[in-house]
Amino acid sequence: MSSVSLTVNGKAVTADIDPRTLLVQYLRDSLRLTGTHVGCDTSQCGACVVHLDGQAVKACTVLTVQCEGREVTTIEGLASGGALHPMQAAFREHHGLQCGYCTPGMIMTAVDLVRRKGHALDEHTIRHELEGNICRCTGYHNIVKAIGAGAAAMAGGPQQAAAE
Amino acid sequence: MTATGIGAPVRRKEDQRFITGKGRYVDDFNRPGQAHACFLRSPHAHAAIRGIDAGAARAMPGVLAVLTGEDLAADKVGGLICGWMIHSKDGTPMKAGAHPALAQGKVRYVGDHVAVVVAETLSQAKDAAEAIAVAYDLLPAVVETARAAGAGTVIHDVAPDNTVFNWHLGNQADVEAAFARAAHVTAIDLVNNRLVPNAIEPRAAIGDYDEAEEQFTLYTTSQNPHVARLVLSAFIGIAPENKLRVVAPDVGGGFGSKIFIYAEETVCVWAARKVGRPVKWTSDRTEAFLCDAHGRDHVTHAEMALDESGRILALKVHTIANLGAYLSTFASSVPTYLYAPLLSGQYNIPAIYCEVDGVYTNTAPVDAYRGAGRPEATFVIERLAEVAARQLGQDPARFRRRNYVKAFPHQTPVIMMYDGGDYAASLDKALEIADHKGFPRRRRESARNGKLRGLGFSSYIEACGIAPSQAVGSLGAGVGLWESAEVRVNPTGSIEVLTGSHSHGQGHETTFAQLVSDRLGVPIESVSIVHGDTDKVQFGMGTYGSRSGAVGMSAIAKALDKVVAKGRKVAAYALEAGEGDIEFKDGRFSVAGTDRSLAFGEVALQAYIAHKFTGAELEPGLKEGAFYDPTNFTFPAGVHICELEVDPDTGHVTIERFTAVDDFGNIINPMIVEGQVHGGIAQGVGQALFEGAVYDSDGQLVTASFMDYRMPRAEDLPSFEVGMTVTPCPSNPLGIKGCGEAGAIAAPAAVMNALTDALGHENIAMPATPLAVWRAAQASPHLQPAAAE
Repeated sequence: MSSVSLTVNGKAVTADIDPRTLLVQYLRDSLRLTGTHVGCDTSQCGACVVHLDGQAVKACTVLTVQCEGREVTTIEGLASGGALHPMQAAFREHHGLQCGYCTPGMIMTAVDLVRRKGHALDEHTIRHELEGNICRCTGYHNIVKAIGAGAAAMAGGPQQAAAE
Repeated sequence: MTATGIGAPVRRKEDQRFITGKGRYVDDFNRPGQAHACFLRSPHAHAAIRGIDAGAARAMPGVLAVLTGEDLAADKVGGLICGWMIHSKDGTPMKAGAHPALAQGKVRYVGDHVAVVVAETLSQAKDAAEAIAVAYDLLPAVVETARAAGAGTVIHDVAPDNTVFNWHLGNQADVEAAFARAAHVTAIDLVNNRLVPNAIEPRAAIGDYDEAEEQFTLYTTSQNPHVARLVLSAFIGIAPENKLRVVAPDVGGGFGSKIFIYAEETVCVWAARKVGRPVKWTSDRTEAFLCDAHGRDHVTHAEMALDESGRILALKVHTIANLGAYLSTFASSVPTYLYAPLLSGQYNIPAIYCEVDGVYTNTAPVDAYRGAGRPEATFVIERLAEVAARQLGQDPARFRRRNYVKAFPHQTPVIMMYDGGDYAASLDKALEIADHKGFPRRRRESARNGKLRGLGFSSYIEACGIAPSQAVGSLGAGVGLWESAEVRVNPTGSIEVLTGSHSHGQGHETTFAQLVSDRLGVPIESVSIVHGDTDKVQFGMGTYGSRSGAVGMSAIAKALDKVVAKGRKVAAYALEAGEGDIEFKDGRFSVAGTDRSLAFGEVALQAYIAHKFTGAELEPGLKEGAFYDPTNFTFPAGVHICELEVDPDTGHVTIERFTAVDDFGNIINPMIVEGQVHGGIAQGVGQALFEGAVYDSDGQLVTASFMDYRMPRAEDLPSFEVGMTVTPCPSNPLGIKGCGEAGAIAAPAAVMNALTDALGHENIAMPATPLAVWRAAQASPHLQPAAAE
């Protein structure tokens, strides 16, 4: 067993775990943060995307022991103080989800995309950047719309978004 | 239309939990004392099992049990079933081979279930599964659809030539007579490629047994938990129906693949009692590829007879349908009654004859996948229509328009009675949205850039809400296909609707609540939709075949009518008026011609406190149930137009625009309906250009991961242009036709018609991968150097 200490959604946690435990297993099985999903076993589908020190990673491809001293944010940690993150709100507003299974990974990927590429995202950029996330329900049409709108809303902050 | 009523694009009630990570899927559940199952699967496509030595595995740390087919047989657990009886032309019943949940004596496909290990942890179960020694005598594998019959190797003894049935539909003599007088015959050979459904949530199951209550519980990724309970009880015999609860909570997509009652769910319930612990299994993606029922896999020769003007006289079709190694739950219905009756498409075709040979192969079972038979039929008729128009030198749109059914009801020669529609209206609208007039200019522009541009139509029809029960029973269905609903009004006026439909992405918690809000005039927030638990909902047939609107909501509408009728009686006593004078409008019961009225919630309270009437006059309470059995199938139809560009140097295909105009009848929530269309189109484009399950000659699935099986991704697709036309469905009270499968049904033909238009020849099959397209482009007449002039 290995001991590991990290921060998950702002809370410090320490665990004794089998060294082969993947981050997604630790989040789901030990911390019961089941919003992060597993959709494949080859790092293709992106249902497990979380943020590690602010960057999107596939939690099925990170060992928990690699997260020593680092900060993990999951879909459960994205909203603050009861208010939805603008990207979450945009997915609902634009019907960017159906069964909801790929959705946490899509939203976490989208937030990271805005961090890297800014708030004015064209359709081509969004579609290209989603190459690591598979959705079987939506045909991506409304996910692309939601991400574009969510990116713009993130620029405005809560006040501007509310004023719109 | 109110803001939350029928026709409003209400944002989904269920989304809050999904976007915050609070969805509850089966794998998110854990039961106290839970153990984990790992299935040992056959690495061979076809082999006799000489022996299984599990001694070493049983001795490994954490192992609670290793169970095999012998244990199943000893406990008299029945095999998995196929619930739709098909009879061959000669009247003999289909040849259904035994389908034990764990192999008994033989394995028949790679991934077949040999044994299950139950252990304290999943890792321990996996490690122990590797320690089981199985002695196999290898047998030749039968893999190819077209060569399965009479392959010389027998997969099931009951079917010595690997043929499940030789079925037919239609009038052969009429068809031959029409062909004899035809001015032109168009013939085509088609392969409808095998697909893997790939809902992003893999299947999962938890079996639980409460010894004190002798009560089983199965948590499962199911589209139809009551059907699962019925089959597990009545046929597999695991538990009496009243002692088995099946829970299907949030389910992450189905597309048909979660209709079926599979080996793993069955084994988890059985094993839970055997080991005295809850038993959990979650599929990994590789297992999903190997063992989830696949879709399609037809090899077809089809011919269309035409007169001199281009009118269709007759159609004859011969299809070989690969059903895989065992008959899955509804496998036999898909290439027969869900296929051939749709071959008439939107056209007035006087004579049709279709023969279907269902065959066994050493591959995963094949069953319903989004569209189920109807995409295969649409691909046949729409490829034929396009090719026929080209051969006759006619505009494909005009050719279709000429042959459309224009008067309703219309009886086709293959069972279906089309009850209504306006096919030309959808075509007109699609031509306009797609800017069909501007296509020649765009094509020239592409040519200037060294690209090949094509445009293709798909003028599809589907049959949804498969019913009435009496009719499907006469065609071999083992179940009725009605739906049930119960509307429970609480004393405070809030409402629970219990429905036998199941939502796994379709948004029922919103659309069904819209119906209630609209009918009862209550706020949508006060309506809860309850589904997916056999302990809560009395019975239901589940969600597939785009039936939840047309059938499931019709049942709710019927129950709501009863609630209003009872409410009138209560209001009459409360308002001291005659029942005939009570009007119900906008959520208020009022006495006609007066200002005396009660809000719906006030009447609910009166119903429960029962102070204004005696028990002899009226039963207290406000709760009504209904079973709704439709009078006919519903017939959604529409026109999809694909415009694409081929790069002949790379074989890359870019879909430049995709237009879909659909007639789904009345629409409850256009936002959700459009979303269903988008998703269906993506799956249809996936079939046309990317997806294909490939077995090698030994029966190994070489496309068993997302690395190898090419799922459509965001960059492969454009934004879609979606339009609607509306002819209300005359066959149900809401006028709904169903929208869940349209895109997957229409899109493959639209894409392939566009691609062959771009290439200038018909010689390319699905999936049209870049390599296939590049090869086909080299033979394109559009790219050949002009002949010496």
